Amino acid sequence: MKTRHKKLLLVAVAVLGLGAVAALVLNAFRSNLVFFFSPTQVVKGEAPRDRAFRIGGLVETASLSREADGITAHFRVTDTANTIAVTYKGVLPDLFKEGKGVVAEGRLGDSGIFMAEQVLAKHDENYMPPEAASALEQAEKSKKTLVLPQGKQ
Amino acid sequence: MIPELGHFALILALLLALTQSILPLAGAARNVPAWMALARPAAQAQFLFVAIAFGCLAYSFLVNDFSVLNVAQHSYSKLPPVYRFTATWGSHEGSLLLWTLILALWTLAVTLFSRHLPDDMVARVVGVMGLVSCGFLLFMLATSNPFLRLLPAALDGSDLNPMLQDPGMVIHPPILYMGYVGFSIAFAFAIAALISGKLDASWARWSRPWTTAAWVFMTLGIMMGSWWAYYELGWGGWWFWDPTENASLMPWLVGTALIHSLAVTEKRGSFKAWTVFLAIAAFSLSLLGTFLVRSGVLSSVHSFATDPARGLFILGFLAVVIGGSLLLFAFRASQVGLGGRFALVSRESFLMANNILLLTATASVLLGTLYPLFLDALGLGKISVGAPYFNAVFVPLVTPLLFLIGVGPLARWKQAAVPELAARLKWGFAGSVAVALLLPLTLGAWKPMVSLGILLALWIAITVAIGVQARLRTATGWSANFYGMQLAHFGVAVTVIGITMVSAYETERNVRMNEGDTAALRGYTFLFKGTKGLEGPNYKAARGTLEVTRDGKPVATLYPEKRTYSASGMPFTESAIDYGLTRDLYVALGEPLDGGAWSVRLFHKPFVVWIWIGAVLMALGGLLAITDRRYRAASRKKGAEA
Repeated sequence: MKTRHKKLLLVAVAVLGLGAVAALVLNAFRSNLVFFFSPTQVVKGEAPRDRAFRIGGLVETASLSREADGITAHFRVTDTANTIAVTYKGVLPDLFKEGKGVVAEGRLGDSGIFMAEQVLAKHDENYMPPEAASALEQAEKSKKTLVLPQGKQ
Repeated sequence: MIPELGHFALILALLLALTQSILPLAGAARNVPAWMALARPAAQAQFLFVAIAFGCLAYSFLVNDFSVLNVAQHSYSKLPPVYRFTATWGSHEGSLLLWTLILALWTLAVTLFSRHLPDDMVARVVGVMGLVSCGFLLFMLATSNPFLRLLPAALDGSDLNPMLQDPGMVIHPPILYMGYVGFSIAFAFAIAALISGKLDASWARWSRPWTTAAWVFMTLGIMMGSWWAYYELGWGGWWFWDPTENASLMPWLVGTALIHSLAVTEKRGSFKAWTVFLAIAAFSLSLLGTFLVRSGVLSSVHSFATDPARGLFILGFLAVVIGGSLLLFAFRASQVGLGGRFALVSRESFLMANNILLLTATASVLLGTLYPLFLDALGLGKISVGAPYFNAVFVPLVTPLLFLIGVGPLARWKQAAVPELAARLKWGFAGSVAVALLLPLTLGAWKPMVSLGILLALWIAITVAIGVQARLRTATGWSANFYGMQLAHFGVAVTVIGITMVSAYETERNVRMNEGDTAALRGYTFLFKGTKGLEGPNYKAARGTLEVTRDGKPVATLYPEKRTYSASGMPFTESAIDYGLTRDLYVALGEPLDGGAWSVRLFHKPFVVWIWIGAVLMALGGLLAITDRRYRAASRKKGAEA
């Protein structure tokens, strides 16, 4: 092969390789993004039915119950405006507590119950997961926008 | 009094750092020997004052001086002394002080082991490191003073995060920081070379041992972090693709590319501009890692602070360091030249492929780590990128990389003959394929990923053996560099086996256990003998006892704990592990249920320790390579000339 041909070949291989890698990375990226939805958004039907996503908010007080196997847990997550029932099979993290912030990742079941595959551990008592905090904030805001027009009437 | 002394020492250190950077850099530019000569003493004095500051803070922690805000927030009178000491770097402010101390320590090492370097080179390297130090000292004094007083003093502290109360806290942060900060030396050498315009093989030879040393610390630091997370978090994972882990993985990947490209620059004079770019990139990613972990943008145990002033400062600092050095690079790189030519099939081309793959892997991690932060910052919604993405991207990128480990070291420099390479490698390859296809059958289920992992690990191990055997036959004499490389590559094979086996065959069970209940897992029987109350120095615990047997024979007795820390009221799971070369048995208590029962997590983790053993071998290989005579021979020759 002439040097020029070699160079052309090298460039072609490099471009092909780069394209393949970019396709691989972007494809993996798109299909594995996990979006976050607040309980209100889930109730409104904004959350996807066919892929995993995250919800966050507060664990509703007195909502935690366990099945007889001691492993399957049921609780409700609230953003103070709306509530989602969650089922999780596994050991809950140390800092999981009623009335405290929580983030769960999983899928929405047919019955509207959120089947969590993962309940995220927090590392500090006083620390609120940013996602949970934003869900509460959104609920707070939407309340205000709902209340104001009524006040005017 | 002591905290004020520490504060004062920090201010003096800043002034010394300014002296250490401005005068020697100016001296080197204008060729004023007296100014250049200031580099060493200024750096040594700076180290002294940073060490005094660190000592003052450590003292405040040790004597429980709760009139210092930092101590009140991160320590506790009943905390054992060793954790009171480690709490020194358990906070945002303290960890920055540790960063600065380690930077000063590395600079001190450069001043001591650089007698063979030309004076202007030393002046520039030490000067650049001084500039970095200025940035960190300013940052601390302006936004994160560790010596702030709390008036009136707190009666007691609010305790260190229970997760940090572990022997891992004694070694993991300092070792990892030695790695992060160590890349500043490679960076300083690169910048010094760019400024002086002298980028030759001797520059690469000076920079190489330092870069390898930083890489060794980084490898060990990441390995310890992984092991710590494994036993401490209580759910048995060894790598979570957590942003804080990614923050340390990125400089490690680029650092790995850098030590390979430095080898080419030193031996062949090629890749010059590329090596400089990698040195800048490795340190930039170290700084980015510090920014990610320390500014509170991430929601994790590592983010202590959520203070916009700090974030802004670090962002500005990053922009100056990365932007400035890339600008310098852009102006100077064209003068550097590309160096020697090489053929399409040669050791250089394989190493180039290595570099490209490592950088692509880094870019994919960077994308997965920063994209959610960008979206969030722009208010476009909250997303997360989890392990599936990283796994999907990493396996196809790392597979050719691992294959290249087998080929690269056997290929000749400049031009390698394909038939010769094929002849040397064909039996090794055929053997690896055969074993990789058959071996998983004996392990139970045949899985393609297991075959792939075993294939790559065997391939590396066999080619390492071929390389060592060929060397023993032809070359005489010891080459620490060569054997260090082979040992590190062999370590990669060991780690690959660990990752493959534990990913494919690990088993987990979550069970409800009452006193006297048994649970079976992979042929092991776990008998739960109930829990007992236990009183620790600063916590109360329920300690469970589990007897593990196999075919009626006792294997181990495990004592997992569930602790509640008295100062913070935080509950915490302390797992119990029976380590083994071919499997770990891992037990963690979940939560107490009705009637004295507990939910219990049981794990069987095959070959998981191989992951960390492999990493230690990589680090040992790096260490061995540093001892190579070539680096010292150069110094003796230079010394003779002078």
